[in-house]
Amino acid sequence: MKPKLQATGLAAEALRDSPFGESAMSTEPGLADKDMIINFGPQHPAMHGTLRLVLRLDGERVRKCDPEMGYLHTGFEKLGEYRTFNQYVVVTDRMNYLSAMANNIGYACAVEELLGIELPPRAKAIRVVMAEMSRISDHILSIGLQGMDLGAFTAMLWAFIEREKVYDVFELTSGGRLTTSYTRVGGLAFDFPEECERRIRKFLETLEGVLGEIEGMLSHNRIFIDRSKGVAHFTREQCIAYGVTGPVARASGLDRDMRRDRPYLDYEQYDFEVPIETDGDVYARYLVRLAEVRQSARIVRQALDAMPAGPYNALGKVTLPDKDDVYSKMESLIQHFMLEMPGHGIKTPLGQVYHSTESPNGELGWFIVSDGTGVPYRVRVRPPSVYQFQAVQPMIEGRLVADVVATMSSLNVIAGELDR
Amino acid sequence: MIHAAHDDHGHGPHAHGDPEPAPGESIADRTYVPAVLRGIKLTLARFLQKKFTVEYPEESVYDASYADRGIGASNPRHRGEHILVKDEQGREKCVACLLCMAACPALCIHIEPEPAPAEWTDRERRPKVFEIDMLRCIYCGYCEEACPCDAIRLTPKFYQPTTSRTERVYDKQRLLENNPDAQVPQRPRK
Repeated sequence: MKPKLQATGLAAEALRDSPFGESAMSTEPGLADKDMIINFGPQHPAMHGTLRLVLRLDGERVRKCDPEMGYLHTGFEKLGEYRTFNQYVVVTDRMNYLSAMANNIGYACAVEELLGIELPPRAKAIRVVMAEMSRISDHILSIGLQGMDLGAFTAMLWAFIEREKVYDVFELTSGGRLTTSYTRVGGLAFDFPEECERRIRKFLETLEGVLGEIEGMLSHNRIFIDRSKGVAHFTREQCIAYGVTGPVARASGLDRDMRRDRPYLDYEQYDFEVPIETDGDVYARYLVRLAEVRQSARIVRQALDAMPAGPYNALGKVTLPDKDDVYSKMESLIQHFMLEMPGHGIKTPLGQVYHSTESPNGELGWFIVSDGTGVPYRVRVRPPSVYQFQAVQPMIEGRLVADVVATMSSLNVIAGELDR
Repeated sequence: MIHAAHDDHGHGPHAHGDPEPAPGESIADRTYVPAVLRGIKLTLARFLQKKFTVEYPEESVYDASYADRGIGASNPRHRGEHILVKDEQGREKCVACLLCMAACPALCIHIEPEPAPAEWTDRERRPKVFEIDMLRCIYCGYCEEACPCDAIRLTPKFYQPTTSRTERVYDKQRLLENNPDAQVPQRPRK
């Protein structure tokens, strides 16, 4: 016999109220007098990813909202207990699939802090370039999708073109567009090619023009402003209470950016501003993202101008030796085998570390517990999307159904890192 | 009417609806017509520009006309299907050290070693079975990175439809002959 599924929360309430039980609720007589309960997602064209909101509607107005997660459960954290430190890099790609590079970098930085290794300056500069390029691609797509959800489909297509150009750079550098797997513990998989610098500079030149076009189309657009100003208002205090970080918190006036407040990868040597808005609505989030793209472009330019020469991997026993040396020198071959053989590899000291980076969506934290073997005892992620997804409820209760779409796109919740 | 309904719910100044007109906003602006027209104008201007999209599969980024993008086949770091590299005498370079099998995060490589023939003086072992399950593979390139004798590489080949799952498990012969025409680039490691 098939096990009966148990509904919870609002869905259970709906079933209890309905005289027809599990039969279709839309045929219920006397619907006009009652609240209607609809599932917004997990399969809904306007929903970003497999997210589910159970909405109780009074006409067009949302009475109550139940955000549900778990539709893209992947067991990423559990996988970390069965993969070596380097093997886990490929898993981090798939968490926030819109900014895989930022995830790679955040994870590698956390393991390096656990090991206590200092990166060479070139590796740091390359990572900064890649992290900021990832922020540009994530934010510009988010802006485009925000436009699309509010009726401006063109803005999304323009944003996609820019994202493709960033992905071209990623492919040139790492070999992958979406699943980059670029970082390794103690450095990078490949060096930064000469060609890339030219490509990035060319991209940054055209980026400003495209940003101007998108801005011209959305920023003063009556339709866009009417649907975004004052929508999904969230105060600074609420952001702190809910743990919301990143552009959403900065749009509410919470002046917090890990790159400036707790610098990693020598971020303190770059000159950039942290854009702040105080309105805390969908429009303010759009403005913050737009300003952050410009700041990221500024950081990329500075990093490229001051790109140091030298090794791109930390010297020592945690990084793979040069392939030519492996073919010809015995010491390098032994080190190669010691790192790659099962049961060997990178050995971290007993202990635990929490390291957070400013990913495009907010504070991305990694908590790694090491028991001294080559495999982490526990990998815990603090994905920014979880905190933003739980803030959906206070944002949209009491508002209209149409505002739900605007809210969700302004939060840029990624299901991949939500359900890990 | 709508306004009255809003007020009943008591949502204050942030309630949705027609906001107060911004200073300097004319009646024409409030009709949305200028905003719509501006949008159409921008769209039409873009319509006449060179298009960015590639009409896959009729054309692909592999074609010569897209070589200037530097991606796909023209990118030596592109991670596509694997190939087992042959040495000068046409034998596989692989010595069945199993490092790629250990390095694979997706656990998709299966190797069974056997003693190499006596006349192969340069090695003791060779793979009897070398299988890669391409459906499990995540194309991360760790096997290539782990290989100490340059025996396995990732090629830019990615177009790979089959009609059954078993065809996607590549055996040694298939891997040795994979993509024989394409020039397999040596990946820059420096």
